Amino acid sequence: MDYFIELFLGGLTRGSIYALIALGYTMVYGIIQLINFAHGEIYMIGAFVALIVAGVCTIYGFTGVSVLIIAAVAAVIYASAYGYTLEKIAYRPLRGAPRLSPLISAIGMSIFLQNYVLLAQTPDFLPFPSLIPDFEFMEPVAHIIGSPELVILITTFVTMILLTLLIKKTKVGKAMRATQQDMNMARLVGVNVDRVISLTFVIGSALAAIGGVLVASYIGQVNFYIGFLAGVKAFTAAVLGGIGSIPGAVLGGLVLGWTESFAAGYISSDYEDVFAFGLLVLILILRPAGLLGKSRKQKV
Amino acid sequence: MRKITILLSTAALVLSLVGSGFAADTIKLGVAGPHSGDLAPYGIPAMKAAQLVVKKINAAGGVLGKQVELLIQDDQCKPEIATNTATKLVTEGVNVVLGHICSGATKAALGIYNDAKIPVMSPSATNPPLTQSGNYPNFFRTIASDDMQARMAVDFAINTLGVKKVAVLHDKGDYGKGFAEFAKKYLEESDKVEMVLFEGITPGAMDYSSIVQKVRREKADALIFGGYHPEASKLIAQMKRKRLKTVFISDDGVKDDSFIKVAGAAANGAYVTGPRDLSSIPLNAAATSEFKAEYGAEPGAFFQEAYSATMALLNAIEKAGSTDYDAVTKVLRSQYVETPVGKIKFDSKGDAEGVGFSIYKVENGVFNELK
Repeated sequence: MDYFIELFLGGLTRGSIYALIALGYTMVYGIIQLINFAHGEIYMIGAFVALIVAGVCTIYGFTGVSVLIIAAVAAVIYASAYGYTLEKIAYRPLRGAPRLSPLISAIGMSIFLQNYVLLAQTPDFLPFPSLIPDFEFMEPVAHIIGSPELVILITTFVTMILLTLLIKKTKVGKAMRATQQDMNMARLVGVNVDRVISLTFVIGSALAAIGGVLVASYIGQVNFYIGFLAGVKAFTAAVLGGIGSIPGAVLGGLVLGWTESFAAGYISSDYEDVFAFGLLVLILILRPAGLLGKSRKQKV
Repeated sequence: MRKITILLSTAALVLSLVGSGFAADTIKLGVAGPHSGDLAPYGIPAMKAAQLVVKKINAAGGVLGKQVELLIQDDQCKPEIATNTATKLVTEGVNVVLGHICSGATKAALGIYNDAKIPVMSPSATNPPLTQSGNYPNFFRTIASDDMQARMAVDFAINTLGVKKVAVLHDKGDYGKGFAEFAKKYLEESDKVEMVLFEGITPGAMDYSSIVQKVRREKADALIFGGYHPEASKLIAQMKRKRLKTVFISDDGVKDDSFIKVAGAAANGAYVTGPRDLSSIPLNAAATSEFKAEYGAEPGAFFQEAYSATMALLNAIEKAGSTDYDAVTKVLRSQYVETPVGKIKFDSKGDAEGVGFSIYKVENGVFNELK
């Protein structure tokens, strides 16, 4: 039973990491139906910025939570700027093009950003300081869950709730939903579609940066390639939960995390990915739109 | 008819004179390896090492009072060419051979030398069965075989640390899995330990907590990991976070400063295997400076091993007092010789004793070699 709880909480942590990154993915897809493959790279850039800022902060004598907050804010601002620029130069010119074109453009930007960081920073793995303060829990809890896990878990759920509120309850959210339903119609009734899409990218990128800071702090290392691997898993989580659905991304992330954790714990970690992707195939056969996705009629 | 007989016998006489004349005058050292093609950088340093050693020995009067003659053959690391190379060297009457470089080519050529009773010594062929199969009693090498690291890690865990339960993990890659499989083999052969876990982990994954919990559940005293430093540092950090006391043992792929830099304090107390530190051996530095003086560059791959092999072969002939196969191999197996890779002799299978790897322990952020 103990072992089951350990695996359950391990899967929960892993799942909320996936979910945190998947939220940005799924939000961008929900509004403009674009799979933003560069999302993982924004996540990675967020982590790098936080690493640099945290280093500078430490030199100037900041300690504890203040470093985490300053680094996270810097990462969010920087990553948002990247997201905004990315949308402006790589996706906006392709607004009217067939759906495949912005997809290819996204893959191109992903490769470009990876190699940019590789050249501008380093190909090596860099140590990432544990910015989340590590409270010493007492045994028998300490070996099961620590403060970094808790912080990631809470952040994921808070973000999910805030995002849902933003889209459901605010004026901006209404504009986003209108853009998603019919871009031209939204334009006709006075929604500044370009600005709404820009904002979507800025929010998505900010989420990726927060994910980058927290996850890098949890894992303890960064490298130019982490975004790709994170992106693949987050994308899987988003599809599993129903791409475009905010609670779906979280549910998908958790289901993926638990599947991997239990498969590794009870069967073999050799087959961790086999079970994760096997589950994805199964769910897509039974519910093609994902767990919480709405199957939308194709507009002709 | 009679004329022909006379002619033939005269020819035979002359030829035998020439042949025996050669044999009497020089010791023939064959050097085989890739000297052209894309793998040439592995073969040329060995060739140059042989040339340097032979030049030095010849200047000092040669071996058994005879000059050493080099017969250099290119095998391009290809097994099918290596058999031709070997046949050619045997026909030319080599006494000993330095080579071949690649394991595949070496294996193809060894049978031919074995039939001709010629001792062969490779500076670089690391494939374990070359010595361990026992098929080639004429084969020796001055480099550790691929399974040596695993052997060391397992012996260290059993004999020095005295562990009872061992978990083995690997990163599913050729290098890491190969190491882990050898470790598994040696753990299973020993009756002092129990292998409680053998699994692959996904490289690059964000979280290894479930496998770490599994190691805890199996109550492993030691974890042997085959792979590279990014996964190793993640694993060891998570083990520390989950308050595991399991000893971490890994391979040369982890013996990199990045491991300590990334894992930080969590790395302390970890053990890794790595090539022995040879810089303190005087002959090693001497060989390097000899090379630099002659060629004005850094010696390449397997230079020290080839230098050592050439020295060991010629030393054995000198000590044996002849080029007789049995006498030479007996000396190789029984007498120590000072070389750039240390003071070595060869075991019954042909592997150099004392060559290869050491165990390093991470202490206060540095790798310390355990003697």
